[in-house]
Amino acid sequence: MSEIDPASPAPDWPDAIFAALKAAEIRQVGFVPDAGHARLIERCRADPEIRAIVLTSEEEGIGLAAGAWLGGQKAALLMQSSGVGNCINMLSLAKSCRFPLILLVTMRGEWGEFNPWQVPMGSKTRAALELIDVLVYRVERPEEAGDTVNAALEIAFNGGLVTAVLLSQRLIGAKRWVK
Amino acid sequence: MSPPARGNAPRLDRRAAMRALLDRRGDLLLVTGLGSTTYDAASVGDDSRNFYLWGAMGAAAMIGLGLAIARPERRVLVVTGDGEMLMGLGALATIGVERPPNLALVVFDNGHYGETGMQASHTQAGVSLCGVARACGILSVFDIAEAPALRDFAAQLQGFDRTIFARIAIYADEPPRVLPSRDGVHLKNRFRRALGVE
Repeated sequence: MSEIDPASPAPDWPDAIFAALKAAEIRQVGFVPDAGHARLIERCRADPEIRAIVLTSEEEGIGLAAGAWLGGQKAALLMQSSGVGNCINMLSLAKSCRFPLILLVTMRGEWGEFNPWQVPMGSKTRAALELIDVLVYRVERPEEAGDTVNAALEIAFNGGLVTAVLLSQRLIGAKRWVK
Repeated sequence: MSPPARGNAPRLDRRAAMRALLDRRGDLLLVTGLGSTTYDAASVGDDSRNFYLWGAMGAAAMIGLGLAIARPERRVLVVTGDGEMLMGLGALATIGVERPPNLALVVFDNGHYGETGMQASHTQAGVSLCGVARACGILSVFDIAEAPALRDFAAQLQGFDRTIFARIAIYADEPPRVLPSRDGVHLKNRFRRALGVE
């Protein structure tokens, strides 16, 4: 729901993440519309092997991914840091059943944030995830994105773990203040 | 405030309703919601193709969606309660967009939260889950309160080819609990083995 300067060149880290999802044979991608994930969502929607499913709230994705795994498919979830807060209780499903799961989280409330209402959840996203035993990785620079997501996918699906990759706000690009 | 909508009385017995749905289940895959629908399914007989929820209230319909998309050649039945469905109402909008042809959502509606002491749910005050499902774009919607309609509906579960939503009006009671395994890892693994994906 944010705005990113249309004049800046398209970043390539979403393509690196997309390549990682493809290599891991991700077949369902649940998302809530998000500017930071816009290109990745676009790539997923355009891929005939991936079903991109728009959710009304991020917690729906935890159930979706569990159902996908029950049926033999791998899923990934894309969300903003605010959406992490919506998922916390639902993550007990993944933890209790040891469902593998990967959350790709675009950060808000960090560097360059213009909206103070994003700060409370953004500043506690890592802590909240770690409290419920999600393994948290973080990407600060574009060139790290592909490798980090690969690593998170590998441990999630080999280990039956929940992992999250936090994509820093500096990486995504701060939103412009629009009056 | 408008008077409470009682639905179309009379109402059905929940255990008999679950038996009717699963009587000739064929290769149906079943997901049940937190609470009584899990006990109802277990009372008909435990089955490795049942995935019971013991938590994650509001997730039943979405698990059904992920499963239906993953296994387009199988039919998926979700049976949950009115309280569980109300907690995940957004799922009806998401499912209304995706509309997998092999997914049937059934809500046992007694107008109460059975697990927590039979407090009134929103449906008792007139919230129509069938109305929500229709408004979300689910085209096959059934409101069932009598045994013959239930039998006709159950017969369709073997051959439907578009997303179904059904509300089954049951009366509020608490039959003896039949408790299946609470081990989530076991329930997950045996389900996947039954599908040949583990």
